[in-house]
Amino acid sequence: MRLEARGALSPALAIAAPVAAIACTLVVAALFVAWAGAPVGRTYALIFEGGFGSRFAWSETLTRATPLMLTGLAATIAFRAHLYNIGAEGQLYAGALAAVAVGGLHGGAALDLPAPVLFAAMIAAATIAGAILMALPAFAKTRFGVDEVVTTLLLNFIVLLFVSMMLDGPMKDPTAMGWPQSVALDEAVELPKLVERTRVHAGLLVAIALCVLAWAAMRLTTFGFEVRAVGANARAARFAGVPVTRTLMLVAIASGAVAGLAGAIEVAGRTGYVTLDMSPGYGYTGIVIAMLAGLNPLGVIAAAVFVAGVLVGADSMSRAVAVPTYIADVIVAFALLAMLVAAAAVRYRVRWR
Amino acid sequence: MPDPVLRLDGITKRFGSLVANDAVSLTLARGEILALLGENGAGKSTLVSILFGHYVADAGTIEAFGRPLPPGDPAAALAAGVGMVHQHSTLADNLSVLDNVMLGTEPLWRPMSKRREGRARLVATSKRFGLAVDPDARVARLSVGERQRVEILKALYRDARVLILDEPTAVLTPQESEALFATLRGLCADGLSIIFISHKLDEVLRVSDRVAVLRAGKLVATLPASGTAKSTLAEVMVGRPIPPPVAKPHARGDTVCVLDHVVVRGERAGERLDDVSLSLRSGEITAIAGVSGNGQAALVDVLCGVRAADAGTVKLAGRALAADPAAWVAAGTARIPEDRRDVGAIGALPVWENAISERYRKPFASAGIVRRAAARAFARKLCDRYDVRGAGIDAPAGALSGGNMQKLIVGRALSGGAARADQYLPTLVVASQPTWGLDAGALAWVHQQLLDTCARGAAVLLVSEDLDEILALADRIAVMHAGRLTPARAASSWTLADIGLAMAGEGARDAA
Repeated sequence: MRLEARGALSPALAIAAPVAAIACTLVVAALFVAWAGAPVGRTYALIFEGGFGSRFAWSETLTRATPLMLTGLAATIAFRAHLYNIGAEGQLYAGALAAVAVGGLHGGAALDLPAPVLFAAMIAAATIAGAILMALPAFAKTRFGVDEVVTTLLLNFIVLLFVSMMLDGPMKDPTAMGWPQSVALDEAVELPKLVERTRVHAGLLVAIALCVLAWAAMRLTTFGFEVRAVGANARAARFAGVPVTRTLMLVAIASGAVAGLAGAIEVAGRTGYVTLDMSPGYGYTGIVIAMLAGLNPLGVIAAAVFVAGVLVGADSMSRAVAVPTYIADVIVAFALLAMLVAAAAVRYRVRWR
Repeated sequence: MPDPVLRLDGITKRFGSLVANDAVSLTLARGEILALLGENGAGKSTLVSILFGHYVADAGTIEAFGRPLPPGDPAAALAAGVGMVHQHSTLADNLSVLDNVMLGTEPLWRPMSKRREGRARLVATSKRFGLAVDPDARVARLSVGERQRVEILKALYRDARVLILDEPTAVLTPQESEALFATLRGLCADGLSIIFISHKLDEVLRVSDRVAVLRAGKLVATLPASGTAKSTLAEVMVGRPIPPPVAKPHARGDTVCVLDHVVVRGERAGERLDDVSLSLRSGEITAIAGVSGNGQAALVDVLCGVRAADAGTVKLAGRALAADPAAWVAAGTARIPEDRRDVGAIGALPVWENAISERYRKPFASAGIVRRAAARAFARKLCDRYDVRGAGIDAPAGALSGGNMQKLIVGRALSGGAARADQYLPTLVVASQPTWGLDAGALAWVHQQLLDTCARGAAVLLVSEDLDEILALADRIAVMHAGRLTPARAASSWTLADIGLAMAGEGARDAA
């Protein structure tokens, strides 16, 4: 068996391939649903309804999609330059902790600053915390050739333990009745709700705006060219005159900052304080979203909404029929595999000897 | 033909829509040297890969010594007495010559290796064919020519009666090539038959009895070597007459680039420069000859701004420049790298971005925004002017054929981002193996571009392994060996033998 490159790319195939990928995903997930002994059609209907079927469903999906867009964007920016940031989870927590450190009610009172200044300082602290966490592995990579996959992955555990220490120590909320949870954020710096009586907050607009901005920057600016050139072939980029090390460092800072911002926005828009379970793996799911989006920042918006919808829908479905919510992970994981195969199928054809 | 040792009948092999071999039929007689001549991509390698069992033909049969050879079975080819010597050494560097020769000849489950018998047999084989080797020498310490001898011995040790040599002279000095030819003639006198693959006309005429010419997968002619003119052979190989490149008369100018006692310390021998001095004048082509891997890459890297010299000075137009490719491009260096697919172009990006990749900040951007319309218009003009053919400027550059990719890279370098030819002239052209792997048409085109740019007043540095190319183009020649460079002398003062000696490292006497 061998792969042969197709000549010209066919537009019909480029549309048909992702459709086929989604169809395959549903068929495979249906096998698991049937295995769990639930009616397949009704289960899918419930997932769809729970994710996208009502105003409430949409609000929950978009609330869940907000941090996913940001972590997906963080992965997209880095992966485009072939810099493998697996540490968005840790950067998100670091950003959240930094946000509360600046904007929180320590000893019952916030810092004595006007709200806009405090808000700006909070956002700055979160992005800087995330950026530093990614800049260190990038420096180790460009200077000493240390594999960033390993360093960023392991930093996640260090950060989580550090957050745990802070939540049980200096930043612990004395009024939380012993729960490991940080002090609350000053209400003055919380993000406004977009829709009354829902949890959708202004962070969604920030996330969408950043995705659009990143898309434009990738496409239109010299920095975007540098990132794509370094990612496609660092040797050739260096030969052409692209400052490879500088580009990688800037990409690392941008990627880490966006992941750190995701933490601040979760705290300021949804939770109001930091807990150790505030992110059910948003940082790792961001990697899946980036790949689903084909590393296109605009695609990240759609992929994040899709994944969030499936997760939210599966939650409500599992309350109605006896299928565990883990079916959502199966659907998302298989969608990713099917998309990768579909992308390859658009460019190659398989030959059996 | 009395008793052919090998008979190929109607061999056809397709890769997708490409027909690599189209009904090729050939015979090889006992004691004959048959040259397989053709351009890159003509189907030579595919044909011998089928013969040796690496590929399975879509149609056609092979007979060795009157018996059919099963397709796709290298072990059967070996057993039938067909031996192959690959272009690049396939020996294990950290084993001895004897180990390498015996490797694969003994069953794995036998507890003890019969090294004594193996050694006796190797020594006998080497005596019989006059191929002297030291059985205990480590292969890593051998020269390229010696390694090739081991490869041939390895085939003979397995009782090969037909030897296939794939471009065996590509890595040899002229003297080593001569020695190889003598060896091959000796083997033939002993009754072996040889298939010799090459695209070099001179050596094909010198060594072979018959020449089989492949073009676009088809066997277009089989000619006797004696009495056939080189020009005839060239025309049959290419399919049309190729006019030789013409140098317009022009004046020599001032020195524009000076390397003074330059040292580069690399990890491997091939990456080092050892006290290299050279000056390049405008209106002059200076060629660096030498077997590749003797420091040429380090020299080119320094002159392309990719790396800094560890000691010594490098000046372009009187200025010392930082090791920054952008600075060298801005100072007027036109750079044609050796590895066009992996260094010269970014294959995943479209042709138009590759056309401006050396000048994406200036002039094709302002305030950090790429001037897309201007860049695309320039790319279109570039493709037009330098005849880059492909699927258009939005197709990925990696989809271009080798010749078209080289035209894009040469055009990008020589045009300097200017729309018209008279708006830009590079100060220095650094061309490293600029015609490697190109067909005759693209090769002649590249040569003409270098000659024209030189005639307009640029200094040209040509680094090449191909002595024909160097002798055809160079005004001055210097030879590189083990990181050292001989003084550059007028091309007319070198003989082929001188260059060969210098390539082998024996020109140091002259330099002293």
